[in-house]
Amino acid sequence: MSYLSIAWRNMCERPLASFLTGLSMALGVAAVIVVLVIHRVAVEQFEQDAQGYHFIVGGTGGRTELVMSTVYHLGKPLYPISYNYYRKFVDGEYAKYVDAVVPYCLGDTFVVGDYKYRAIGTTPDLFEKLRYDGEHPYEFDEGRNFKRENFYEAVIGSAVARQGNIKVGDVVNPTHGLSGDPDAAHRDFVVVGILAPTNTANDRALYVNMEGFYLLPGHSLSAKSERSDQTAASNTPEPGAPTVGFDNDGATLEPLPDDQREVTSILVKAKGPTEAMQLNLSINKSGSGTQAVPPSEVVAQMLENIVGPVRTVLLVLTALIVLVAAIGILVSIYNSMSDRAHDIAVMRALGASRAAVQSIVLLEAVLLAVLGGLAGWVLGHLMVGLASPYVEAKTGVALDMLAMDPKELIVLPSLVLLAVLAGILPAITAYRTDVAKALSGTR
Amino acid sequence: MPDSPYLVELKNVQKNYRQPNGEVLPILDIEHFAVRPGDQVVIRGRSGCGKTTLLHSIAGLTPIDSGEIIFGPVKLHKLAEAGRDKFRANNIGYVFQTFNLLPAFTALENVMLGMTFTKRAKDRDRAAALLQEVGLGHRLNHKPSHMSVGEQQRTAVARALVNKPVLLLADEPTANIDPGHQQQVVDMLREVCHHENVAMLMVTHSPEVSNQFEHVVALEEVNRVVGVA
Repeated sequence: MSYLSIAWRNMCERPLASFLTGLSMALGVAAVIVVLVIHRVAVEQFEQDAQGYHFIVGGTGGRTELVMSTVYHLGKPLYPISYNYYRKFVDGEYAKYVDAVVPYCLGDTFVVGDYKYRAIGTTPDLFEKLRYDGEHPYEFDEGRNFKRENFYEAVIGSAVARQGNIKVGDVVNPTHGLSGDPDAAHRDFVVVGILAPTNTANDRALYVNMEGFYLLPGHSLSAKSERSDQTAASNTPEPGAPTVGFDNDGATLEPLPDDQREVTSILVKAKGPTEAMQLNLSINKSGSGTQAVPPSEVVAQMLENIVGPVRTVLLVLTALIVLVAAIGILVSIYNSMSDRAHDIAVMRALGASRAAVQSIVLLEAVLLAVLGGLAGWVLGHLMVGLASPYVEAKTGVALDMLAMDPKELIVLPSLVLLAVLAGILPAITAYRTDVAKALSGTR
Repeated sequence: MPDSPYLVELKNVQKNYRQPNGEVLPILDIEHFAVRPGDQVVIRGRSGCGKTTLLHSIAGLTPIDSGEIIFGPVKLHKLAEAGRDKFRANNIGYVFQTFNLLPAFTALENVMLGMTFTKRAKDRDRAAALLQEVGLGHRLNHKPSHMSVGEQQRTAVARALVNKPVLLLADEPTANIDPGHQQQVVDMLREVCHHENVAMLMVTHSPEVSNQFEHVVALEEVNRVVGVA
C-alpha cells in the first residue's frame, strides 16, 4: 500500500468530517474561480465592445457616462448635441477625416418581460460600415438590415430576440424614456432583422430607424431651437438621407427637418490613426460643448481604477474563504489525531518512521485540499455557466462556462502549499506520538 | 549470524522511566538474555513487571538507557531511531494484545500495510497466502469490524510475518481471546512461526499458555529490578 492510499483510507474513515471540510474548500475555490473568470470575461468584453471605431462624440458631461451609455447601453445618456453638428462629420468640415460615422439617439426603452433594453435610433450604417469588435462585420441570423427610407423598421439584438422570442415580422413598441413605463409606449416598429450574436452589448438593444425615431412624440425639437454653439455645417440635403420615407403601410412620410433633430452621441471611425488624433484634438479644443472620447481609453481607466480594485477586494475575500477552509482542514485532522494515535503507533510498530507517519498526515491534508479544490474548480465553472443567461440578459456580458483565466493555474499549487501548511501541526502531532503509550491504550 | 549462536542478545540492559515528579523509576535491569534462531520462548511474569517494555526495547520502539541489544552483526542500541525503525520493519514482526488492526483497512490491506514501510516489493500474493495459511483465505476483503476476535488476531499474525522477519514478538496474544479459542491462536502462532522459520518471543501471564513451551523464562528471574509496580 502506498502512503497515498493510506491517507485516502484515513480520509474516508471520517466521511462526514472529510466531506464538510472538502466542501468548504470547494466553495472557497469556486468563489475564487467565479471572480477570476467573471473578471476576465468582463474585461475582455469591455475591451472588445469598445472597438470598431476611434471615438465617440457626445455632449459635455462625464466621459465614462458617455462611453457607458453609448457602448454598453448602461446609465443615463448625456445631454444631446445638434443634428447639424453631426452633419459636420457627414458632409461638413470633419468629413474629410472620416471613414464612417454613425449617430445614436438614446433615451427610449424596449421592455421584454422583466428586462429593460435600450431602444436606439440610428442609421443602417451601424451594421454596414462598422465592425463590432474591430474585426467582424455584423451578420443577421434572420432577415436584413433596416432601410433608411422605411421609417418604422427595426433590427433587434440576438439576446433581446431570444429573451422575447421575437422573430422577423414581429411588431415591437419602444417606450419613451428610460423607465420602461408601458403607458409611454410608442407606435409600432416592424422587426426586419435579427442580429447574429456578437457577444457584445449590442446583442441587448433594439435598433430602430432614426428617421422614424425622430417622428415619435417627444423626439423633435421645436423649429429654430438649435443651440448656437453647434452651428450647422451645411444647408444642403444630407447625402444618402431620404427626402421622403414610408411607414409600414406604405404611406409616405416627411422626414423631420435637421434643425428639429438632435443626436445623443456619434460613433466616429476616422480614416486612420492620424486623422483620428487630429479630429480628437479639433473637437476637444473647439469649445463647442462637445467632446470626443476614445472608448478604449475610458475602458482602460475604468478597468484600472474601478474593476481592478474591486477584483482585488473580491479575490482577497475569496482567498480568506479558502484560508478558512484550510484552517478547517487543520482543525478536522488535528481533532482526529487523538483518535488515530493508536493507528499511528501501530504503523510505527510495523516499521513506519516518524517521517512516514508525518507524510501520511500531510498527504491527507493535501488530498482534502486538492479534491475539494478540484470540486470547487468544476463548481466554479458550473456556477459561471448557470449564471451566464442571467448575466448576459442583464448586462450583455456573455460568460463562457469553459473560459479559463491563466491565474487559475496557480490555484492548485497554492492549495497544495496551503494544505501542507495546514497539515503541519497535525503532522507534528503524528511525529511526536508516543508509541509505547499509544499502544498500551485501547482503541 | 557470524560467531554468536544467538539471534538476539541483551547484555546489561537498563531502562528507567522518569515520573512526572522527576523521580526515576527503574523498569528493566537485565544482565543477560538471548534468543536463538528458530527458538520459541515464553516470558512470563506478573502485570507491570516490564514484559511489554522488554519487547518494546527489543523491537527498538523504546530506546534503552544503557547496555546492548545485539541482532547478529547489528547493534540495535547504537542505531538512531530511523535506523531502528528500518531494522524493525525488515526483521521484526509484532503481534499485540489488542490485535491493533487498522479499522479502515480490509484483512488483506492490513497485512499489506506491514509491507508498506520496507523497500521490498509489495507482494500481494504473499499477503494473501499468509492469510490463507492462518485460515482466512475467505476473509481477505473483510474489515476488522466484520471479523471475530480470533480472526482479527490471526490477521495480526499474518501481518507480523509478511515481511519474513527473523523474530516475532507477541505481547499477550491470547489475553483478549476467550479461553475456547486461546489454544487455537497459540497453536497457529507456533505452527506458522515454525513453518516460516521465525523465532518467537511471547509474553504471557497465562500458565496454561506458558506450560506448553519448552523455553519459559520468568522475567523476575532475569530482571534485577525488584518490586516494580
